[in-house]
Amino acid sequence: MSKRKKKRLILRISILTVLIAAVAYTLYSTLTDEEKTLVKAGDNAPDFVLTDLDGKQHRLSDYEGQGVFLNFWGTWCKPCEKEMPYMESQYHEFKDQGVQTIAVNVGESDFQVRNFAEKYNLSFPVVRDAQRDVYDAYSIGTLPTTLLISPEGEVVDVVKGEMTEETIASYMEQIKP
Amino acid sequence: MTQLASISSTLLYVAFVLYLIATLFFGGSIKSKKHTNQTGKNRWATIAITITIIGFISQLGYFITRWIAAGHAPVSNLFEFITFFGMMLVAGFIIIYFIYRAHVLGVFALPIALLVIAYSSMFPRDISPLIPALQSDWLAIHVSTVAAGEAILAISFVAGLIYLLKDVDLTKKGKQTFWLEAVLFFIVIVAGFIVSTTAAQIAGYQSEFTYVNAEGQEQVEQFGLPALVVPHQGELMTEGNFASSIEMPAIVNAARLNTVIWSLISGTLIYLLIRLITRKSVSALLQPLVRRVNLNLMDEVGYRSVMIGFPVFTLGGLVFAMIWAQIAWTRFWGWDPKEVWALITWLFYAAFLHLRLSRGWEGNRSAWLAVIGFAIIMFNLVAVNLIIAGLHSYA
Amino acid sequence: MNEITCKCGHVNPEGTELCLSCGRALTADAETKKTSDVMRYEGMARRSQTYKMSVIDKVWNFFSSVKVGVWLIFITLAASAIGTIFPQVIFIPPLEPPEVYYEDRYGFAGKIYYVLGFHDLYNSWWYLLLIAAIGTSIIIASLDRVVPLYKALKNQRVNRHVSFMKRQRVFTEYTVQQPAEKVIASIGDNLKKRRYRIREEDGHLLAEKGRFARWGPYVNHTGLIIFLIGGMLRFVPGMYVDEVLWIREGDTMPIPGTKQEYFLKNDGFTAEQYTAEEDSEVFGETINRVGAIAKNFQTDATLLKREEGTAIGDESKLTEVESHPIQVNQPFKFDNFALYQVDYRQDEIRSMSFDMVNKETEEALGSFEVDLFQPEDEYKLDDEHRVELMNFYPDFSGFEDGEPQTASPVPNNPAFLFKLYSPEKPDGEVAFIAIQESLEPLGENEFALKFSGIETRDVSGLTVRKDLTLWILGLGGAIFMIGVIQGAYWNHRRLWLKRTEDGKLLAAGHTNKNWFGLRKDLEYAFNGTGLAQPKDHMEENLNKKASGDVKEEKNNDTTS
Repeated sequence: MSKRKKKRLILRISILTVLIAAVAYTLYSTLTDEEKTLVKAGDNAPDFVLTDLDGKQHRLSDYEGQGVFLNFWGTWCKPCEKEMPYMESQYHEFKDQGVQTIAVNVGESDFQVRNFAEKYNLSFPVVRDAQRDVYDAYSIGTLPTTLLISPEGEVVDVVKGEMTEETIASYMEQIKP
Repeated sequence: MTQLASISSTLLYVAFVLYLIATLFFGGSIKSKKHTNQTGKNRWATIAITITIIGFISQLGYFITRWIAAGHAPVSNLFEFITFFGMMLVAGFIIIYFIYRAHVLGVFALPIALLVIAYSSMFPRDISPLIPALQSDWLAIHVSTVAAGEAILAISFVAGLIYLLKDVDLTKKGKQTFWLEAVLFFIVIVAGFIVSTTAAQIAGYQSEFTYVNAEGQEQVEQFGLPALVVPHQGELMTEGNFASSIEMPAIVNAARLNTVIWSLISGTLIYLLIRLITRKSVSALLQPLVRRVNLNLMDEVGYRSVMIGFPVFTLGGLVFAMIWAQIAWTRFWGWDPKEVWALITWLFYAAFLHLRLSRGWEGNRSAWLAVIGFAIIMFNLVAVNLIIAGLHSYA
Repeated sequence: MNEITCKCGHVNPEGTELCLSCGRALTADAETKKTSDVMRYEGMARRSQTYKMSVIDKVWNFFSSVKVGVWLIFITLAASAIGTIFPQVIFIPPLEPPEVYYEDRYGFAGKIYYVLGFHDLYNSWWYLLLIAAIGTSIIIASLDRVVPLYKALKNQRVNRHVSFMKRQRVFTEYTVQQPAEKVIASIGDNLKKRRYRIREEDGHLLAEKGRFARWGPYVNHTGLIIFLIGGMLRFVPGMYVDEVLWIREGDTMPIPGTKQEYFLKNDGFTAEQYTAEEDSEVFGETINRVGAIAKNFQTDATLLKREEGTAIGDESKLTEVESHPIQVNQPFKFDNFALYQVDYRQDEIRSMSFDMVNKETEEALGSFEVDLFQPEDEYKLDDEHRVELMNFYPDFSGFEDGEPQTASPVPNNPAFLFKLYSPEKPDGEVAFIAIQESLEPLGENEFALKFSGIETRDVSGLTVRKDLTLWILGLGGAIFMIGVIQGAYWNHRRLWLKRTEDGKLLAAGHTNKNWFGLRKDLEYAFNGTGLAQPKDHMEENLNKKASGDVKEEKNNDTTS
């Protein structure tokens, strides 16, 4: 008799456990649903190839062994504009220490990007993602967004919004090989 | 095609008149001295059900001719949907009648159907083409199944009402007496709506206001009845018509509120008139009609209608609804107010069945639940379309 | 656990109300209970009621109760209704911040609504918990009932105790003149014709029909659970995609959610309206009353696939898969994805043309077209005249420190900074041109640019959807419908016939619902036996109560 009772208790406990686990998982997923970034810290950065203003192709995997400071931006976006000169000066600071800077313009014309790059004298590669292909693949959302990619090709951090010169420097420091 | 459309309107009118006549015959059948029981063979009742069926065929004719004229199932706006609901109500009644042969059902079911059809004709009746979202076979499938399900569920309300009229002791003041009268009062209000709107339509009354809506844009609003309330920063454009100085905030639809106020006034007047003339409450007035009713039979009819109607409603209001929503709106469920109220209706009847099956709520309690269920259906049918804006507010 | 031994010798588990063998009432409580209440689960002990001990058992018993289940339904119902008082946050204009919107529009009530979180009620944790509680209740309550019910119905005996028979709603005790076997056989034969299954034991009879209707509730509950599981699986990564794709006519863009595998080309967007002339004349009146009515929204699209092994960003290797129109109600399906026509923006500016004129002589010196999506550095008009594009502001929003600004990359309000070169002005003249204003920031110019034309195109708003849970939901829904129909449209009817030792014949009938139908079957069954059909006592009592002031119907019952 008590054997049966024990069996019943175990059955009840297991059913309730399964139910609680299912509910907890659903609750967790719903409440964390808002940030749906596909690419997050810890992921491997998806490889891509984009062309810069001089017609040179840049493939992310070609930079293996270097840290990559990957900035998504637009000419119309004020914070992007503001951080560009900082990126420019830090680029010079870190390029010989193995940190590459790539600025990905999202969906604008060659004219606008070129105009902008000339205005700020940008010397790091500025590539155009005309059809928002890479932008989608990285599910960027708002501009500016910057990804810090380690020499091993792993995303170290995803930075949303504007950066100061100091933070740019510290980020680049982070991904030095 | 235009000719066909006008034939269609005539057929609906004929059906309406026939239902009215049939009601009188059903009244005769339960008053007949020869037949003390209210079921089984009875000449009055035979005539009544025959007229009902002819009326139903006529309304079916309306439906088919309108379908041909419009090129799509005539269930695409409030007028068409509510009329169809009325037709399904009659169909449901005919089916239940042939199972149970309870004449008294006709005395109550047909007037409700009449009221429903009259109510529907207060909305614009012209044939409208289908907007892209409605261009699907699922329109006919989904809407007709929902209407059928709701109509069968409405039969349980009719049975419940009859049950309560007999069961509730009207000589004692109490909650049940009060609420029963309240239900009947509400039905009178609907009649008041129909009377006032029809009167204004016959008189050709129409006034136009310009007003500022909640988004701050200037818009035009038509009033079919003298404006007792005026829209937000409303200005009367039709000279000589009445306009009060009570202005509504922008989020309130003043024209609809105005109609509601008029319905309340005229309904209350009718109600008071009835009480004044007969010196009885409406429940007491109706009670002699149900004196010989078999309560047990009414309980069973009510329960059976829910049993038949619940699966049909689920199929139309949830299953078909979800399939179509997945096709037209990209998702099977989106918490649109109409969807939510369909879910509420479904949950309510699910609770009804659990209470009845597992907790033994029969008779009086079950009858009250049927009344509340019908109130929810009516709310979803009317209020959700008119008050709460959503994807379903087409009319 | 205590067992209850019935007088007939059968040993029943604790909590049993009616002996599983003979049907005697086992407790004083069961004796006084309404028959319909006892018969609901065949007098079996529901599992949850058999013992109460640990916390686990308490939780279990809580969810096993139908009363709790009904309360949960009513709470969910009320909560759902509250969510429709004001529009949910997903329905408010997308650019309005909800914390402002509700208070602005609905005043204090709106503020409360927002503060309490009712603006996003259906996604709140507590609403989800309510649904989860209902799901739990369904599972536990069903498990607790279906097992004992199955056992009781499987093991039911033909011969029941007199007390069991007597308490049934349909019951009559007959004194029969003719041999009882004959009567029983005749009734059995009649019921066989009505598709009853007949079992006979020691001259007693049990006729049963539609037992499977009793499983209806459990089948439909299973369907609901499957449905809820389907709903839960949506949150598993990869099962569900809900993305928006705004795509301009002529553009090719990656389809979001497809892992950059698929691309879509917009071959053109169409928005049509009904006209009384082209479409049925019966629509004329409505069109006059309400104005234009939309007839069709359509995006003609071509699906492309990126060759495998090609890196993201490389759009040189796209192969066409198929071309397909996307209409409302006619999504374009491919590889578990569906593209829906949901929105559109008409007449977005694509390019603008200008004439260069001499202000004084109004002489036209040539024209050029600026493609807003591919502006050029310089436009040559002829050998002598050219225009240099110095800067381009697609969504001009005013000046800041003398510098023109753009609010977005979308060409809503294009503005240009041009430099006009001519033999008269070899160093160029600077002109700022926007749709509503033109400026000559560096002094009066000799030459001017005039708008001479504009080209526009539409933008299609599509939804990209993948939902791998649909078949589970469909399965759940189908099982639910089968169960609910099984339970609602079939009835479990039984008739017991018992011969007593003193030569009497007892007949008792029971059905889970539709007593009217049972009575009809019994009428048929007793036809030709010389016996009236067993009486429905509920019917009897009510008729007596009901008739009051009316003459009683003649009673034809010969046995009473």
